[in-house]
Amino acid sequence: MNYTYYAGCSLHATGREFDLSARAVCGRLGIGLAEIPDWNCCGASPAHSTSHLLAVALSARNLALAEAQGAGDIVVPCAACYQRLAVARKELGEDPGLREQVARITGRDYAGRAGVRSLLEVLGGLDTEHLKAQVTRPLGGLKAACYYGCLLVRPPAVTGFDDPEDPRSMDDLVRLAGAEPVPWGYKTECCGAAHGVANEPVTLKLVRDILEVARRAGADCLVCACPLCQNNLDARQEHVNRVFGTDFGLPVLYFTQLLGWAFGLSDRDLGLDKLFVKFRPGV
Amino acid sequence: MLNLSRAAADGAHFVEEVEKRSGQRLTHCYQCGKCTAGCPLAFSMDLMPHQVIRLVQLGLREEALDNKAVWLCSTCATCSTRCPKNVDLAALMDALRIMARREGRTRKGASTALFNRIFLDSVRRHGRAHELGIGLQHNLRSGKPFKDSDLARGLLVRGRLKFRPSRIKGAAEVARIFAEVKRMEDGQ
Ligand code: SF4
Ligand code: SF4
Repeated sequence: MNYTYYAGCSLHATGREFDLSARAVCGRLGIGLAEIPDWNCCGASPAHSTSHLLAVALSARNLALAEAQGAGDIVVPCAACYQRLAVARKELGEDPGLREQVARITGRDYAGRAGVRSLLEVLGGLDTEHLKAQVTRPLGGLKAACYYGCLLVRPPAVTGFDDPEDPRSMDDLVRLAGAEPVPWGYKTECCGAAHGVANEPVTLKLVRDILEVARRAGADCLVCACPLCQNNLDARQEHVNRVFGTDFGLPVLYFTQLLGWAFGLSDRDLGLDKLFVKFRPGV
Repeated sequence: MLNLSRAAADGAHFVEEVEKRSGQRLTHCYQCGKCTAGCPLAFSMDLMPHQVIRLVQLGLREEALDNKAVWLCSTCATCSTRCPKNVDLAALMDALRIMARREGRTRKGASTALFNRIFLDSVRRHGRAHELGIGLQHNLRSGKPFKDSDLARGLLVRGRLKFRPSRIKGAAEVARIFAEVKRMEDGQ
């Protein structure tokens, strides 16, 4: 199976490990990823908060490049980029006037042939036997809180997969890897990463709450699918401890890292050495 | 009298503009408050999300645009997912931020507005967002030069930040997209 791959800016910097582990796991599963040549930033929140047209046009250039490449649907690991590309695809498909206007702006037309899917949806949709066959190092009942974040399954009219209130696709993958997904209420609660630079106190409170709820649910680690969430929950954990007098030490890893670990891939190949709070299952 | 009717005319115009930009019918909202009940950012806002939409319904431009709430909304779409009347409040908040910026009403969200500007500047120049550069610029321009310096150091030693921006081949094409959008929107 082959896909067009959109990495997004974070996966080349703060979310390096997501890129590494996504490629490693897809490689092991026989999924070909052809990166969109010369992709640009999707514009993220700053674009859609500033100009609707700009937000659609920035994503549309990527969609058009991907379609021209003809390597199949676009798979996006980053939840935030995924949502931006999926929103643009939906709006361009529903509004021919917008499609024409955007084509004039970008100089490229997107006919809607290349679909947009999140990596979680793609891996979650694989044959379970195929996935199980790769597991050589099961996680021995490690308790994991699956954290989907806000953008991956919402709004349902755009994302169209899994349950927007109680998603389960990541829980299922985690279980396949031999870990035990814990039931908890903050699966899709916003972590406030978008405010990390501009309004840090707000972000720290949201991060504290998520870590606290995960810990009370008995989780040994948090598993996520967004580089903004991962960075926020992992790299800011020490800061949260300083500000709130807490003593959190919860590893926060990508679902691809957890899967890759169960597949027996090395820490280095999965970028596990890049985490702030170390992941050492079984220690 | 004269002022009142002018205010009413602007109110109607305001409602119309918000509806056009957000694609939402404001009369659909019946003020149940479910959006506010689930909003993860409500604790930090000066107005609750359902109050913001009420102010728009009433055509109160200044009150609806000049507040902290529109800038603290993270567009997480919890509200849009749960609204019993299918109001996409996240889209509405987007429209209000866009209008607030266009009207120069960013005082109560100055830090976020600055972040947005610096972020988009980075994308316009390089075609991609350069995280380290964006953080440093924001620090400098908001007078907090050392904010998150531990965090940045931690990320750098782990190879999770790049010193230099990566400039794409089509950077000029991306800059043209920005210019074209601006030209079209200013001509509106
Ligand atoms: S949930 Fe919907 S109907 Fe209820 S107050 Fe919010 S926007 Fe209005
Ligand atoms: S989209 Fe904004 S208003 Fe709606 S729940 Fe999220 S933060 Fe609150």
